[in-house]
Formats: sequence, structure tokens, C-alpha cells
Amino acid sequence: MTPATQLWVYLSSSPLLWLTVTLAAYAVADRLSAAAGRHPLANPVLISVAALVALLAATGTPYNVYFDGAQFVHFLLGPATVALAVPLYENRRIVLKAVVPVLGALLAGGLTAVVSAVGIAAALGAPPAVLASLAPKSVTAGIAMGIAREIGGDPSLTATLVIATGIIGAMTVAPLMNALGLKDWRARGFAVGLASHGIGTARAFQVNPIAGTFAGVAMGLNGLLTAFIVPVVMSLFRT
Amino acid sequence: MIPALTLLLACQLAGEATVRLAGWPVPGPVLGMALLVAILLGRDRLRPGAAPVSDTPLGAVTRVMLANLSLLFVPAGVGILRNAPALASNGLGLATALVVSTLLTLLVTALVFRALSGRLDGSGEPNP
Repeated sequence: MTPATQLWVYLSSSPLLWLTVTLAAYAVADRLSAAAGRHPLANPVLISVAALVALLAATGTPYNVYFDGAQFVHFLLGPATVALAVPLYENRRIVLKAVVPVLGALLAGGLTAVVSAVGIAAALGAPPAVLASLAPKSVTAGIAMGIAREIGGDPSLTATLVIATGIIGAMTVAPLMNALGLKDWRARGFAVGLASHGIGTARAFQVNPIAGTFAGVAMGLNGLLTAFIVPVVMSLFRT
Repeated sequence: MIPALTLLLACQLAGEATVRLAGWPVPGPVLGMALLVAILLGRDRLRPGAAPVSDTPLGAVTRVMLANLSLLFVPAGVGILRNAPALASNGLGLATALVVSTLLTLLVTALVFRALSGRLDGSGEPNP
């Protein structure tokens, strides 16, 4: 074996390479997003994922080899969800004052997210297993994958649909809310956190801390609600 | 910093353990988040003069995590590589469902929130 081949064999069997590349891709994507003035279309998740997919395809690296390295980043999704407790605690008075709109918007939005997605995909001919993978698309990856597994979906397809939903919501929330003339940071944040989980919440924190807090609240509450309503909605679609 | 990280992990661990033992359909990290809010409220009661949470290591750790929340979704996003066949064979239906449903959800959630909040502009802040 040549030294270059030996190096590649070492790197491709160690988590070091792909962990480093994941962080580097995100660092560059975040710089690009900042340079674009945090324009919603310059979404750092979209840029990083596109770059990494191209790189994995070009080097013929299978996803499981990539994930051996990237899992250390993926793992932090859990502690980061717990970390949302701090902005929630700090803004507890503002959140408690809005308890009626929070609960009303949660019910209306959570139902809309599941019923509209499953209804549209069913009308366009998607098979039941794909519908089951799609139903929890608006909640954060770990929760959505658990729901999909329970109702006969494919968790890995769910993860992809969840990330796509997050990116779509993060990109469209600002133009949509501006078009509506909706300036309440609580409503804007709550909507993007409910529709687009952590990626929407990350976007909301970039724009305004109150929006970020309400997004975090929406993401947590909708994770709960969706776990309860998806099995019910899916049983209605099957009959 | 290490005690702060330990606290976050311990809350998640307690959350995961509780939902499994009790068989609740609640995600473990979400219960962990609720537990941490309860701990912070308890801290207020027991030590009324303590420094604000944002000035503690826990405040610093959570700020760094939440400022870089997007990064944590990148590995799952790259998983699109594994699903290319399923996505391609249902491409139109899934793309339409994702875009329309996400826009509709944003719209319904924000409008219901506004209708129930009774105030047209709660923050009073200008819109960029």
C-alpha cells in the first residue's frame, strides 16, 4: 500500500475525519450565512448538508462511515433540547402571560401540520409507509423518528423529511410573516418553532431572543402534542 | 462548565429514564427540559439572592449550544443520501406536501396566536 492509501484507510476507519469535516462545513456555511446578512435563503443547514452530500458522493463514502464521526454532533440534539429550559425560565413571565394564545395556536398548528401533510401526500399517491414517515415531519428529529417507528414508517426517511421541513420553514417564515404584516415576535417565533422544530428555533434565535424563546416553547409542546395526535390521524386516514 | 454540562445530561437522563419506566409517549429530552425549568424555579426559592442564571456557567453553556443549534441537524440532514430512492419515487407528492403543509402550518399557527393574544403587536418592536 502506498502511504496515501494507508492514510485513507486510517482516516476512513476513524471518526476523526468526518467529525472534523462536519464542523468545518458548518463553520464555512455559517460564515456564508453571516456574510449574506443572515438572509433566510442562505440557510447554514442547507449549505452544509449540500456540501457534505457532494463530498461523500465524490469520495464514495457510505453514510454509516460518515455517521461514525458525525454522531458526536448528532448526540448533542438531546442536551440542546434540555438547554431550551434556560431561555424558557428567563422569559417565563412573558410566556405565562401568553398562555391562551400559546395553547390555542399549539392545537390549531399541530393538527394542521399533520393533517395537511398526510392529506396532500395521500392525494398525490404516496403509499402508507411513506405517509407514516411523513406525518411527524414538524417535530424535532429524535421525537419524529420515534413516532414514525411506532406507526410503521421508516425513521431514516422521517429524519430527511424533518430536516427538509425545518429548512423550508426557516427560509419562508420571514417573507410570509412580513407579507401578513405580522410583527409580534411571540407569534412569529411560536409559528416557526411549531412548524419547523429546532431549525426554525435556531433561525428565530438569530433574529430575536423573544422569538427564539417562543420557538423553543412551541417545539417542545408540539413534540408532545404530535406524539399523541399522529396515531389518531393516521388511523382516520387508513379507514 | 463541567457541572453545567453534567446538569444538562443528568436532566436528559432523568427524562429518558422516566418516560421509559412510566411508558409515557413524551420524548425524554422534553421532560428533561421541564425538569430543568423546575430546578431553576426551585433555585429561586432556595437561594433568592443567587446570581442570575445568565451569569452562571449554565447560562454560558446553553448560550453556546443554542447559538449553534443549526449545526446539530447537519448529520441527520446528510442522511438524505440513504433515502434517495424513496424520495425519488414519491418526489412530487412529498415535495408538495412539505412545502404546502409547512407554509399552511406557519400561517395557521401565527394567525391563531394573533387572534387569541388580543394585541396586534405584542412586542412593540419594529420589524426588520
